[in-house]
Amino acid sequence: MNILVCISNVPDTTSKINFKDDNKSFDTNGVQFIINPNDEFGLTRAIWLQQKSGAKVTVVTVGDASCEPILRKCLAIGADQAIRIDAIPEDGYFVASQLASLCAKEKYDLIITGRESIDYNGAMVGGMLASILSIPYVANCIQLDIDGTSASLQREIDGGKESLSATLPLVLGAQKGLVEESDLIIPNMRGIMQARQKPLTVETPSDVEGQTTIQNFEKPQAKGPVKLVDAANVDTLIELLQNEAKVL
Amino acid sequence: MSVVVYIESQNGIIKKAGLEVASYGRAIANSTKTALIAVTFNIEDTSILNSHGADKVYNINTAEDSFFNVDRYCASIVGIVEQENAKVVVVSASADGRYLGPILAVRAQAAYFSNVVALPSSYEPFTVKRSCYTNKAFNESVSEQGRVVVSLSSNAFGIVEQETAAEQLTGDYIESNSSLKVTSIDKATDKITIADADIVVSGGRGLKGPENWHLIEDLAEVLGAATACSKPVSDLGWRPHSEHVGQTGKPVASNLYIAIGVSGAIQHLAGINSSKVKVVINSDPEAPFFKAADYGIVGDAFEVVPQLIEKLKAIQ
Ligand SMILES: Cc1cc2nc3c(=O)[nH]c(=O)nc-3n(C[C@H](O)[C@H](O)[C@H](O)COP(=O)(O)OP(=O)(O)OC[C@H]3O[C@@H](n4cnc5c(N)ncnc54)[C@H](O)[C@@H]3O)c2cc1C
Repeated sequence: MNILVCISNVPDTTSKINFKDDNKSFDTNGVQFIINPNDEFGLTRAIWLQQKSGAKVTVVTVGDASCEPILRKCLAIGADQAIRIDAIPEDGYFVASQLASLCAKEKYDLIITGRESIDYNGAMVGGMLASILSIPYVANCIQLDIDGTSASLQREIDGGKESLSATLPLVLGAQKGLVEESDLIIPNMRGIMQARQKPLTVETPSDVEGQTTIQNFEKPQAKGPVKLVDAANVDTLIELLQNEAKVL
Repeated sequence: MSVVVYIESQNGIIKKAGLEVASYGRAIANSTKTALIAVTFNIEDTSILNSHGADKVYNINTAEDSFFNVDRYCASIVGIVEQENAKVVVVSASADGRYLGPILAVRAQAAYFSNVVALPSSYEPFTVKRSCYTNKAFNESVSEQGRVVVSLSSNAFGIVEQETAAEQLTGDYIESNSSLKVTSIDKATDKITIADADIVVSGGRGLKGPENWHLIEDLAEVLGAATACSKPVSDLGWRPHSEHVGQTGKPVASNLYIAIGVSGAIQHLAGINSSKVKVVINSDPEAPFFKAADYGIVGDAFEVVPQLIEKLKAIQ
């Protein structure tokens, strides 16, 4: 089985978000980049399939050379090879189209994306990729079992979960639940050494255009200070919520 | 030209998110002087859409297929989008809305905007404000594409009434050759979900253990609220995954969010930031949540919450 795991390079969850160039671009100064957490859940699930049934795991990112450290980390975690499509990922449709071009060249049985990235939170690449390829997509995926070419999966929905079945190839949007936080693989020294020898190829992007562009960014307005209510006076809190905030 | 909105429902009843999407679509139809076309599935009585601005309602009966089949729903909506020559299509930000949106966009040859938080600031070209970096920032995005699909963030626009006399039509439930099938659904029908709730009561590690969750549940019950929790609480197995909120969990955009024994880590706050009013109850006055909250009580949850429940019961 051939598995493709799509990886997004995102600012660490604790990063302070700032913009530069007249609020036109993200300020990477002092920001540490990580594997998008949802993608990492997906990668871990792929590694389990590799360990269990010898699946070959390829990781791919659409990005410039600054994304290579996280691809090396994916290799250290256990991926067999990495591909970097050398383009700036400015729009979800553009990224999905680049990934679709790769999938047209190489046959993948299972394509894993993250539920959403934590930078644009678009939750769009997986669904778009599947639609471009005309194969099924399962969003918010919390369980996957594969038997031959059939897959049974679960999707988290509002207030519960849904069980689905489909035949491979398919695309899924990974999130916590597919594997647990405690299952995430921390690369060991051997993994890190091996990762240096594994192939990381750079491919030129295919000729497609994005559909949206970002004009500028802004940060939310600063919030006023908290109104503190004495612990012995919960009545006051209720009254404030009723009459001032008008939410009760 | 028209605006098409996909109206979500549950057990044949239109959801609040459905009415919000209709209200938003109506506002766009008003500014662009076009018609608002609503698409519903399995609704017995669509008359409520007459007071939320629909000019036409296509109700689609899915017959024996009682689950949300993303491919068939998508194909059915695309059929109407094309027939009505829609320039703007609006879906909600529910789990199903965010599932449908990107697929719909590709199949309808539209540009896709998720996390939209306001009406477009321009239609030529289509320009709209979206949240990004998990609510730590916003951006203005533009598309020159002839058609757009918008996923509207929950509780970002609100529900606006406008009387119309909608024409009632029946839409076709289109077949799909996708191998994807929903086989079963497991959903608590008696509990309000985080996505639908006006009020969310959330518990953190400060509650010490699952045996104390009656505090959260009882408070949620008097308020008619949904229950949520911080990430470590679900990682520890004190509460189910589906309650985990934050950057790596579910987003919350309720009117009122009450956090009890939650420290307010940046990853937690990111996911709940778009709630309108935030209340924190925490024994540590230095807890970061106090910087993000509108109202707060510095105190022991085990003392404060029972009083709060009692007082709220008394005024009901
Ligand atoms: C990649 C990544 C992603 C993450 N994603 C998320 C996410 O999506 N959601 C999320 O929630 N977290 C997330 N986290 C974890 C986050 O950093 C915090 O660790 C977590 O939110 C803390 O949970 P907590 O507030 O329940 O626990 P703690 O930080 O342990 O806080 C407990 C609080 O309870 C208070 N307390 C104790 N006793 C009492 C009492 N008797 N009465 C009142 N208050 C009391 C304490 O003062 C303290 O403030 C993420 C972390 C990482 C690294």
